[in-house]
Amino acid sequence: MTITKNQDGEKLTIALEGRLDTTTAPNLEAELKTALNGITALTFNLKDLEYISSAGLRVLLSAQKTMNKQGEMTITGANETIMEIFDVTGFVDILNIE
Amino acid sequence: MQELNIEARTDNLGEVLGFIDALLEEHECRAKPQIQINIAVEEIFVNIAHYAYAPDVGNARITVDFEGDPLSVVITFADSGMPYDPLAKEDPDVTLSVSERQIGGLGIYMVKKSMDDVEYEHKDGFNILTIKKRIN
Repeated sequence: MTITKNQDGEKLTIALEGRLDTTTAPNLEAELKTALNGITALTFNLKDLEYISSAGLRVLLSAQKTMNKQGEMTITGANETIMEIFDVTGFVDILNIE
Repeated sequence: MQELNIEARTDNLGEVLGFIDALLEEHECRAKPQIQINIAVEEIFVNIAHYAYAPDVGNARITVDFEGDPLSVVITFADSGMPYDPLAKEDPDVTLSVSERQIGGLGIYMVKKSMDDVEYEHKDGFNILTIKKRIN
């Protein structure tokens, strides 16, 4: 998985490319630990994300919990497969998906 | 029927998925079920790796078979670890708000929702979890 960060002041966009799974989720988790400091608007661009497992969902949920305390979080570009996963897991109701 | 007997460690996940993907592609599995099967396999294999033999490590035996028309794949996971029926676990409440949601517990739920059939049995000292999914 490739993680691309683009920061503009307090706004951060993170583009994920490839697979967010058991193997790669810890990389994103580690990245977020420091990257969210001082961020009030976080966007995940999932346009090139092919796959997400529960390990990936856990990281997104944890990011959402952090951002609820300090700003907002938005998901963009999720493909049909990923949207279905968000749907069955109820993540459509807890994430702000555009 | 194809079989892979492998040490149940998360860093073997890539090899497990490679084994299954090669067979799915050989049988012209469509892209969407292939991703759903990948997710299910990951959830099940990682569960075995994390819990079945903890704190030790043991093996998982994975078999893959194809049957029926339209074609379905049948994948079984056998481990000789602690008896555990993942299907007996109550489904997570997917209607809870973000602050109430627990981190975790979603894996087996995703498997149940995305596969056509999921069965568990404990037999001859083995946990045997079988998933079935139409692939074309």
